Amino acid sequence: MTARLAITGLMKRFGGVVATDNVTLDFAPGSLTAIIGPNGAGKTTFFNLITGKLKPDGGEIRLDGVDISGQTQSEIVRRGIGRAFQVASIFPRFTVEDALTAAVLTHRQQTSSMLRRFPLPDAASRAREIMALVGLERVGKTPSRYLSHGDQKLLDIALALALEPKVLLLDEPTAGMGPEERWQMIERVQRLWSEVGMTLVFIEHDMDIVFKIAQTIRVLRYGKVLAEGTPDEIRSNEAVIEAYLGTSLEEPA
Amino acid sequence: MTARLEVLAGVVLGALVVALTLAFGDKALLDVLMRLAIFGLLALSLNILVGYTGLVSFGHAMFFGLGAYSFGLLMQSGAVSIPSAALITLVVACIWGGVVGTFCIRLDDIYFSFLTLAFQMLLYSIIIGWVSLTGGDQGLMGGIPRPPFLGINLAEPRQLFVLIVVVFVVCVLAIRQIVQSPFGFALRMIRDNAERARFLGLPVQRYKLIAFVLSGFFGSVSGILMSLYVSGAYPNFAFWSMSGDAIFMIILGGLTVFLGPLVGAAVFLLLNDNITRLTEHHGIVMGVVLLAIVLGMRKGFLDVLDEWWQARASRAEARAGGDRQ
Ligand SMILES: Nc1ncnc2c1ncn2[C@@H]1O[C@H](COP(=O)(O)OP(=O)(O)OP(=O)(O)O)[C@@H](O)[C@H]1O
Ligand SMILES: [Mg+2]
Repeated sequence: MTARLAITGLMKRFGGVVATDNVTLDFAPGSLTAIIGPNGAGKTTFFNLITGKLKPDGGEIRLDGVDISGQTQSEIVRRGIGRAFQVASIFPRFTVEDALTAAVLTHRQQTSSMLRRFPLPDAASRAREIMALVGLERVGKTPSRYLSHGDQKLLDIALALALEPKVLLLDEPTAGMGPEERWQMIERVQRLWSEVGMTLVFIEHDMDIVFKIAQTIRVLRYGKVLAEGTPDEIRSNEAVIEAYLGTSLEEPA
Repeated sequence: MTARLEVLAGVVLGALVVALTLAFGDKALLDVLMRLAIFGLLALSLNILVGYTGLVSFGHAMFFGLGAYSFGLLMQSGAVSIPSAALITLVVACIWGGVVGTFCIRLDDIYFSFLTLAFQMLLYSIIIGWVSLTGGDQGLMGGIPRPPFLGINLAEPRQLFVLIVVVFVVCVLAIRQIVQSPFGFALRMIRDNAERARFLGLPVQRYKLIAFVLSGFFGSVSGILMSLYVSGAYPNFAFWSMSGDAIFMIILGGLTVFLGPLVGAAVFLLLNDNITRLTEHHGIVMGVVLLAIVLGMRKGFLDVLDEWWQARASRAEARAGGDRQ
């Protein structure tokens, strides 16, 4: 099977720091991948390069065989790569439902009309579908700025879903959450992935979560790919144990 | 409210105001209402940028001045009728808005504000400097001819009043339609989080420019009405203090509720007229009012009501569905 997303020899420097160092990775269609690595390993930078927020200094990013490196953010979004952010990036004064409706309208390029009234019924019903999918119906009429931290992260993901992405990149979906909330979130993400059937890549620090749900794990360190493989392979990988995990993770809790 | 209901409400209210004023009002009331319509439209047009797009223009009076001078000059030339002069003026305003806007929207935040201010001062200097055309600091002298058209005679105060109210109602309904359309919600997305909007695929710069031109368009309509009303055009129409007044009106009434700026204009005119009558230190009094609002409430009158309403609604929702979490 050919890869949905194929990265070859990707490079990014910030002054002296090589944030992404000759990274070559494939993501199969419909796969669920975790990216792990210590702080500053270049995980967020990797997402920024894929989504066009940063321009790579070298290498290729192919989506379904087409090189998209160097395209603008909105072109890449339109081609089917969606993203949620490490710090939830939402529209504070929109209600959840309005925000999703507006996102759907944007995706369908229906925002230029000045003669019709928001919300167009079609887009609103799609927005409600997405709300049901991620479990936000209960707060549909709440202005986004009044949402709990966890719901703001969910809304961020839901906004990305409005774009009907083929590839969804989640930057630390559980960041800043308590243990229980984390599991709730990650179960939602997993369910989402199995229901929608897209290619999902998430960055995560919590090893228990990573080993439990990811099909494949990619480990980054100093901008390089240190290791990749199934959870079992990563758990027993000498380099990973030495460099990153320590020796105490033989048997995750 | 649906679009149709709004149009109905606008027409009925407008007709009611016109009928009652003409039946029972005197010249003074006509004056007050005309000024309210003109400045209310100025503030509402500015709020397309400030309240809906999150772009704080310090130079909105350039459109007010441009509208008044362009229309006044065209009428004084004697070559065109009132409708054609208005039409030409609006085209000029859109071109000016397109050119100026292209530069301004490249900048964010305070830099945007300063650049709009700079362009306004440029226009102001042209008005002051080009004495042979504009009359310099004396303004457009000799009155603005108001020849009858289509059986309407604007030299007659009551007919002028009706026209100003009608134009006002039409413009308010148009602005309302724009901000409630999908386009208007795209502007709100830009206001709330331009980066995210861009990442959803919205052409943010293009939308900002269109908003800038629209705001200028309606701002210059209010300038045209002003020159008809005072039968002249004066440099202070394009001075920074006029832009400041418009911002003041928006802050007074509130920028998150559609009619906030209109309420703000009413309060502003009320304060302005009465304070001027009572004391010559009117700048100080207005300054204190502004401080009290900014520091005390941190928002306009209608904003306060709106927040209260929203908070109530989301508490109700939390009660109804929050426990299903
Ligand atoms: N815009 C930027 N300008 C300069 N340096 C940057 C920039 N973005 C990232 N870096 C640097 O690149 C390196 C990788 O950063 P990145 O944010 O990708 O790490 P990360 O793996 O996401 O870390 P974390 O787990 O803390 O989120 C760091 O050394 C960081 O300081
Ligand atoms: Mg990061």
